[in-house]
Amino acid sequence: MIFLKTLFVKNAKLSVEEIIRKKTFISFFFFFILIGVGIESWKWLWVQPLDHGIQGGIQQPLRTILNANEKIFNKTLSSTHLAKTYPVTEAARKVRVNGNVGMGNDFDPAKWKLQVVKTNGDTLFFTLDDIKKLPKTEIIFNFKCIEGWNQITWWGGVKFADFIKYYHLENEANLRYVGMSTPDEEYYVGIDMPSAIHPQTLLCYEMNRQPLPMNQGYPLRLIIPVKYGIKSIKRIGTIFFSNDRPADYWFERGYDYYSGL
Amino acid sequence: MKKIVKKHSLAMRWFHWINFPILIVMTWSGLLIYWANDVYKLGWGNTTILKFFPQSFYDALHLNYKLAEGMSFHFVFMWIFFLNGLLYVLYTIFSGEWRELVPNKHSFKEAWLVVLHDLHLRKTAPPQKKYNAAQKIAYTSIIVMGLGSVLTGLAIYKPVQFWWLCELMGGYAFARILHFALTIGYSLFFVIHIVQVILAGWNNFRSVVTGFEVVKDDNEKISA
Repeated sequence: MIFLKTLFVKNAKLSVEEIIRKKTFISFFFFFILIGVGIESWKWLWVQPLDHGIQGGIQQPLRTILNANEKIFNKTLSSTHLAKTYPVTEAARKVRVNGNVGMGNDFDPAKWKLQVVKTNGDTLFFTLDDIKKLPKTEIIFNFKCIEGWNQITWWGGVKFADFIKYYHLENEANLRYVGMSTPDEEYYVGIDMPSAIHPQTLLCYEMNRQPLPMNQGYPLRLIIPVKYGIKSIKRIGTIFFSNDRPADYWFERGYDYYSGL
Repeated sequence: MKKIVKKHSLAMRWFHWINFPILIVMTWSGLLIYWANDVYKLGWGNTTILKFFPQSFYDALHLNYKLAEGMSFHFVFMWIFFLNGLLYVLYTIFSGEWRELVPNKHSFKEAWLVVLHDLHLRKTAPPQKKYNAAQKIAYTSIIVMGLGSVLTGLAIYKPVQFWWLCELMGGYAFARILHFALTIGYSLFFVIHIVQVILAGWNNFRSVVTGFEVVKDDNEKISA
């Protein structure tokens, strides 16, 4: 304890040994305080409420930063930034199937119609032929799964932007988000409008020039190359538009809402 | 007679000790992400020398089924990692401390002599200032690696928006491999760094906390 007295004595009156001990003590004192602050901050972060209180969500402070990331990187997205496209020869013959939420066996293809809910409350119904008669667009791009794998795949369908244009949904497209869900409403995504009307975003009904297989979301799925695969919803049943973020299956499970590439 | 000599500036000590836990968080969250598609291995054809990673590794560290958690933490703490690294580089440039850190044309030969000395294959080490040649190379490489992690990370984070960067990094899949390999590099750096710090002893370790080193008055180090 005699040593502690040196803390209040000017260095000039202390021996070199005493100064060394004093300076070491002060530095490590603050060093350990900082370690403590670090550990407590980390613990604090973990006990923060989960956003939406949904099980599997993430801590609100993390969500706040991820939403800020979205704002920052949204600015760098432009409709002129196209996902790289590839020649047909590079497209995979055997396309990976991942995820079957919303792909229930009780689906009746004969009864399927695409429902589009307009802002005035009206619902439009489209058959596959209504969609197929619009100009067809094909894309061969590197499909990127949020799990980390990627595969060059070949898809065909109607640009979502063309669908909007031909069926006069311009008013709806002025809203900030579009929501889509499977016919059984088990799987659902929300997409920001700039990404939805990006020129490579397709309402897709073909894979490798063949009708979509059942496990790839027959009869109609979304292909959105500027997002991770989780946003490329299979078997679209309903499309609606909103200024608020539509519910999103994986967002509710802790993933980034934007999930943009 | 002992003497107190200033060694590390307060700024350097802050950068160092902030980076340490942040790098751990980035590595941990990176592992949570990698787990979801853990396809890398060392080997050829059907021969695998080392799989990244064995299931026991994930189990021991509780890394299974936490992709969303990993991505959340990774894309939040990346900012601290990036800003701390950026400020460090700016600091070394404007303070002139880069002169003590960046290797010159003699460094590679000298570094080899340092390695031989450290392995007790050579009696004397080449004369040095604050950092020896091997340290200069290591501490500069780690910054270049940090830059590499930021660039490959950005390339796989936003491969469409930064398509040119993604191409520059060898494409999406290759950039992901680089990003992973760099982390293996940090881990090796960390192991060697810890061994060296232990071998160098208390006086050296203390200097990274207090900023000063204790030397004998004739400028010979008591322990280094």
